[in-house]
Amino acid sequence: MSKSTTPTVRPRNRNLDQLQLLLPIMVPVLLISFIPLVRGIYIGFTDYELGGQMNFSGLDNYRIMMQDSFFWRSMGVGFLWTAVVTALQIGLGMILALLLNQGLRLTSLYSVLMLVPWAMPPIVRGLMWRQIYSPDTGALNLILTQMGLIDNPINWLASFEWALPAIIVAGVWGEIPKAALFFLAGLKTIPSSLYEAAELDGASAFRKFRHITLPMMKPIMAAVVSLSFMWNFNAFGLIWILTQGGPGGLTRLPMLAAYEEAFRYGYVGYAAAIGNVMVIIISIFLFFYLRVQLKERTG
Amino acid sequence: MQIMNIFSGRMLKRRISRFLMHGLILVFLTYLLFPLIWMISTSFKPTAEIYSGIPTLIPEVFTVEHYLSVIEEERILISILNSLYVGIITAIIVVLISLPAAYALTRYKTGVNKLVMGWVLTSQIFPAILIMIPLFIILRSLHLTDSLSGLVLVYVVWDIPFVLWMLQGYVKEIPIELEEAAAIDGATQGQIIYKIIMPLLLPAIGAAVLFAFISAWNEFFFALVLLKSPDLTTLPVELARYTGIEGQARTGPLAAASFIATIPSIVLFAILRKWFSSGALQGAVKG
Repeated sequence: MSKSTTPTVRPRNRNLDQLQLLLPIMVPVLLISFIPLVRGIYIGFTDYELGGQMNFSGLDNYRIMMQDSFFWRSMGVGFLWTAVVTALQIGLGMILALLLNQGLRLTSLYSVLMLVPWAMPPIVRGLMWRQIYSPDTGALNLILTQMGLIDNPINWLASFEWALPAIIVAGVWGEIPKAALFFLAGLKTIPSSLYEAAELDGASAFRKFRHITLPMMKPIMAAVVSLSFMWNFNAFGLIWILTQGGPGGLTRLPMLAAYEEAFRYGYVGYAAAIGNVMVIIISIFLFFYLRVQLKERTG
Repeated sequence: MQIMNIFSGRMLKRRISRFLMHGLILVFLTYLLFPLIWMISTSFKPTAEIYSGIPTLIPEVFTVEHYLSVIEEERILISILNSLYVGIITAIIVVLISLPAAYALTRYKTGVNKLVMGWVLTSQIFPAILIMIPLFIILRSLHLTDSLSGLVLVYVVWDIPFVLWMLQGYVKEIPIELEEAAAIDGATQGQIIYKIIMPLLLPAIGAAVLFAFISAWNEFFFALVLLKSPDLTTLPVELARYTGIEGQARTGPLAAASFIATIPSIVLFAILRKWFSSGALQGAVKG
């Protein structure tokens, strides 16, 4: 404080002014988000069990994880789920956004209706799909039986064959609106003069998409893919309501595995370690994905 | 003649492709809307019809008995009130504290900016499981577990990154001349933020309020772990109670309660869209 001289007063005051304005968010963020997070990361390096002592155990958790088929299976399911859901939501979201960007009649009505799944509370999304898949009263079984496609109702969510496809259909359903909304906003920013010029050259619709739309949409695609990857890899609520990870761990995503380790078996340290590994996987994905994206843009 | 032919051929082609595009959109909307329609339909069917084994989209017999049984059940009603309370308080607090922060981040360019925005982005990567247990321990030492205030605090912090990012973009659009004029007239910084910036940002603030409300209204994981007393549960937690064996026999009331849980979000989304398209901001700055 004492070293302040006249010329530096202004910038220091500016910093103080800014800090004063930021304080109301910084204190709660530190207390509720930052400190718990740092502590949570640390717990991943301890042998902490519910109600027990917390001892630093270095990389022990991660050594155990290497041999743990429970963990590896959940990672496998997690990757499959994340890849399929992300790809489908990007593809279908893009198609829907393109359709809504054609200036068709009723477009504004369509785009409000499109948002409906997004407006649902995640719990209700799960409950709704449970009703669709329900063996005795579910719409899917009733319709398929009526059409004569199946003889006996299928218990979709408890079936080894159908549980994973069933949660993927429900998962993609909830994510399409978000992707379409982002893409639609992106499509609106492409200057129409580009398309007009291409039309003069007689470019087909596909060529226009390939050479104008896709390159212009690259930044927004990169953002949507990154966010979707994170959200899908960390998914919990919907699957929890639909299958709780069953049958036989077939739909146990990494978050569900970590939740079970912590709250069912009490291995809090190990659960946090799984969380740490998930963060590392996501970071590696983002690093490589964004590096490729940025290179292409500057190159 | 030939020119006419080409012309009408093109028109026809265009018409067909438009027809196909409408059709494709309808396929999408069927996928996106069917679960909701089925749920609403179930909520108005008598129990016998739900279990009849015949899929009917429009109930053959229309009944509100499931809604009545939801209202009669005090616990669901209480949980709705709890969710409303938590959502409204969260939304108000989050906007009031994020606005000065958004202003500070746009108008002062210092090293703090990168730190805050870096945190906003990285905080998205971490799974909730890492935070849950330490958070529980911290809140317990503050006597804020099993309390709605504690839950509000958690939701406020959870909503800050998005609200901050959203408001910051809009503050940037406001010409700095407005503030300079106010400062010359002797306005304090607080007055500038709450009396000049805030009215100009009303559309963005409206959107932020709705976002914060809906995310609090919808949240499940933290409410599940942090609240224990039956009187304090929020609607999602209350609904999740019915997913067990208990819920199997109660398809009707569950559908009714689920539909009630969805109404605020749908209403708010409709308003939100109008807000975005109103262009109120440009008008305010020009006028």
